[in-house]
Amino acid sequence: MKRITATIAGSLIALAATASFADKLTYYCSAQEDWCQLMARSFEDATGIDVNMTRKSSGETFAQIRAESSNPKGDVWWGGTGDPHLQAAEEGLTMEYISPMRDQLHDWAISQAESAGNKTIGIYSGALGYGFNTDLLAANNLPEPSCWKDLLKPEYKGHVQMANPNSSGTAYTTLASMVQIFGEDDGFEFMKGLHANINQYTKSGSAPIKAAGRGENTIGIVFMHDAVKQAVSGFPIMVVAPCEGTGYEIGSMSIIEGARNLEEAKMFYDWALSVEAQNLALQVNAFQVPSNMGAETSESAPDMSQIKLIDYDFKKYGSSDERKRLLQKWDEEVSTLPQ
Amino acid sequence: MIFWIIAGWVGFVLCPWYGVEDGFFSFEWLVDGYPFEEDYSPAAFLIGQGEKLWLAPLLIPLLLPLLALGREKSDPTYFRILTVAGALGFGWLIIQGFSIGIRGFNFQWMNAAFGALGDRQFGMGYGAMICASAFLFLFTQGIAARGAVNGDVFVVGAIGGVVTIVTAFVFFPIANMLFSAFVTDEGAYSLSAFVGKFFDDRLWGLGCFFGARCGAALNSLVLAIAVGFITTVLGLAFALVVTRSGFRWKRILRALTVLPIITPPFVIGLALILLFGLSGSVTVFFADLFGTQPTRWLYGMPGVLIAQTLAFTPIAFLVLIGVVEGVSPSMEEAAQTLRANRWQTFRTVSLPLMRPGLANAFLLGFIESMADFGNPLVLGGNFDVLSTEIFFAIVGAQYDQGRAAVLAMVLLFFTLSAFFAQRAWLGKKSYTTVSGKGDAGVHPLMPMGLAIPAMIVAISWAIFTATVYGMIVYGSVVELWGVNNSLTFKHYVTAFSIRIEEEGIRWTGAAWDSFWTTITIAAIAAPLTGAVGLVTAYLLTRQSFAGKSAFEFGTMLSFAIPGTVIGVSYILAFNVPPIEITGTGIILVVSFIFRNMPVGVRAGIASMSQLDKSLDESSLTLGANSWHTFRRVILPLLRPAILAALVYSFVRAMTAISAVIFLVSAEYDMATSYIIGRVENNDYGLAIAYSTTLIFVMLSAVALMQLIVGRTQIGRRMTQSRTNV
Repeated sequence: MKRITATIAGSLIALAATASFADKLTYYCSAQEDWCQLMARSFEDATGIDVNMTRKSSGETFAQIRAESSNPKGDVWWGGTGDPHLQAAEEGLTMEYISPMRDQLHDWAISQAESAGNKTIGIYSGALGYGFNTDLLAANNLPEPSCWKDLLKPEYKGHVQMANPNSSGTAYTTLASMVQIFGEDDGFEFMKGLHANINQYTKSGSAPIKAAGRGENTIGIVFMHDAVKQAVSGFPIMVVAPCEGTGYEIGSMSIIEGARNLEEAKMFYDWALSVEAQNLALQVNAFQVPSNMGAETSESAPDMSQIKLIDYDFKKYGSSDERKRLLQKWDEEVSTLPQ
Repeated sequence: MIFWIIAGWVGFVLCPWYGVEDGFFSFEWLVDGYPFEEDYSPAAFLIGQGEKLWLAPLLIPLLLPLLALGREKSDPTYFRILTVAGALGFGWLIIQGFSIGIRGFNFQWMNAAFGALGDRQFGMGYGAMICASAFLFLFTQGIAARGAVNGDVFVVGAIGGVVTIVTAFVFFPIANMLFSAFVTDEGAYSLSAFVGKFFDDRLWGLGCFFGARCGAALNSLVLAIAVGFITTVLGLAFALVVTRSGFRWKRILRALTVLPIITPPFVIGLALILLFGLSGSVTVFFADLFGTQPTRWLYGMPGVLIAQTLAFTPIAFLVLIGVVEGVSPSMEEAAQTLRANRWQTFRTVSLPLMRPGLANAFLLGFIESMADFGNPLVLGGNFDVLSTEIFFAIVGAQYDQGRAAVLAMVLLFFTLSAFFAQRAWLGKKSYTTVSGKGDAGVHPLMPMGLAIPAMIVAISWAIFTATVYGMIVYGSVVELWGVNNSLTFKHYVTAFSIRIEEEGIRWTGAAWDSFWTTITIAAIAAPLTGAVGLVTAYLLTRQSFAGKSAFEFGTMLSFAIPGTVIGVSYILAFNVPPIEITGTGIILVVSFIFRNMPVGVRAGIASMSQLDKSLDESSLTLGANSWHTFRRVILPLLRPAILAALVYSFVRAMTAISAVIFLVSAEYDMATSYIIGRVENNDYGLAIAYSTTLIFVMLSAVALMQLIVGRTQIGRRMTQSRTNV
């Protein structure tokens, strides 16, 4: 009896093997929706692997990966600002992987990997700055700002918007950049001065410039590529690279520890670092600077060589402790001030 | 009984014990190494191969009931065997499920006591599920045999079933989450962690009186009270105009009230921004007219208040119309016969009799406002409320689950207090006026002093609602709102384009994936919600048993719990064994069932209390058991209630967002979470086009269902109205 069942089972297995199951990949994406879709579909076309994509902001994705850590559902996490990736690496939620594609990458992409024990890698970068709505600025007879300190002028009161650093990686990068540009004390003085002019702390990082595009706000502090995107989409937005210099983000990619489809995740990882994959960004108006040295950049993209970039310390300001400390200080000293 | 014994064995010997990774409805496992492959193997095969030996004790309660075969039901050993077997089996399933997880033992002390396990287990699958229900129903049959609820096997089983699922899908996740309020950053339990988070300034701060900002808890409370009050007043005005005035376009008013219910979240907020925002059409028009500088007045409490009032007034109206119509005309006629004028009649007779409706409408407005997520997100500005704060405590850069739990507790406290305050206010007075005997007459018209303001309010509100919806449709067909107002259908094309190829239709539009998922999930959830709700309603109205009021409270609880809390607690509770369903469609269906069940329960209770109990009694006297009575007598008479529950849960499943946003996954993306993504991306055109489509889809679904309900009702109403007139 047992032998019969065994033979039946055996033949069933053989049958199953010939039926050839499609490989699959669960892909968490924290970039803009159309870019995520394009990456997923293009990878499917390139490899024949079925891709299940979820798009959530980097904070949400990080929360999800953490919640799922005892039973990971995702395989690879692509896109979104680098800090949550570094944090995930720090907490052991992502795994070490050294891609054969590395020698084609810019140095900043590799140093991002090295600061996290090779548990993440840079896929694009973008500098912080701000954009303003030219129509509204003219309607209110305001001068065009060009430096960070310009934003403190009293005439901009009620015209500046940035995200809340507690909920947005972009705004945290702003806070950390100010601390690095002006020093911690003056940096916080800057944030206090800015607070007086802020009309709203939004929840999501790019919301201020989107509001500016629609004419709901005048100046939005965001990553410059987000501002460029609004300008290219037809909104009256002008992009500013502040004169004091500025911080930047490194959009990252990590493989999730305990990935169920590890082989496919590694294939995706290598493919995402290739020239062809990084050139896809141009099709969806993503104006970040790609990490592969051979990839093309758009003409509309902010020219990184013209922007004064500070030497942003990702390791220090990406760590949980420093982050908690700065955010707490901001909460206590800045956000409680009357506006 | 024999059925459940067999079911238990089938679950144990034939079905894969653990959850199949490829999804509940994929049957790949049948050809993939079943029954020996560890992942797909039934429990019996696992034990036979010397694995997962902790499942072996389940054999005892599986064998035990065999002894009961052939015994009389009245035999005391019969019920003893069944209760013991059921309790043992079910208990052991739960104990082993919670103590052994994906990394071996779940608790430190077990490692200390038994040494590391060196094995692990995943979530329960078909086998475990069938076994669990078999044990549960063996247990309830045992209790029934002992004489509980007159020995009625169906009723005891139904109670057991409802209690179990409500415990598993409402109490367990909520308790699980609330516990995390007491956990410190290091993972230890501590009361001070809770106290510290509870008395946070961001919760209770009074800064808004000194130029800074108030705490989220205060904001929520003030907003919810205001919304509850305004929606109740507006709803009453609408209800009075529709029932007690000579107003000609009542039908249009009624139709308008349906709209906000079937509107996806955000849409009202977006339309308000496009009208009243800093560059909104109305703002700019008035700024030009008076030469003033446009302001951002909309962002903050005013905007949220307007949006919520727009969205929730119809709910208040729907509650109040029933009550206003339900006040018996004979009472009012009696008052007028006694020479009260119209105003006195209204103030001293009609209005007091409407108290339950007013209280209910206020409560609903209050709870809906507390739980609302979409409008504060879009329009809140710096006005923080609890529901969004919970969301950002979980997804924000600070990731503070304990804070989210504390906020959830505060929110829950507010909604539950409102619930109890309402009960206390209504007290035990009787508001019944329809006795079923000689209920003739027509409602008197409103007094003039009331009719004119009510008309003005209702009509201007109706015009406002119509404008907002007009803007929505317009917004979906312009190129780029405010910047380029040329008409285009491109948003609809991007979302819903199809290509006809040789293999058939290819759904190339960006929205199709989430659209079909949403329709499927809503269509699966709706009948299940109706079923659970009606069975519960039947138990609550027709049966009496110990702990009934606690039971009622439990089933209504999930209504008072805001969706964000449900979403967070589900992802925390159901990502790990024994119930492991995150990332599947099942978790969405389950969350909809338990979110919307209270409405099914309420609808069921309302219509069942109209059915005279003598109907059941005569059926029982004629020898039918309670299952037959339920199926053959009560269910057919409940058709309107069933359809109401179906419509409601279908619509809610399509428009819900707060819980859904946590539960969607790559494979199961819902329309609402897709729309948020577009809104976040400043892609208003597509978001509004998609929402407009959803509105029309739901409108036709509701119309279709109404057509069926309408037919069944007409027969009864006709005769009734004839006697009335």
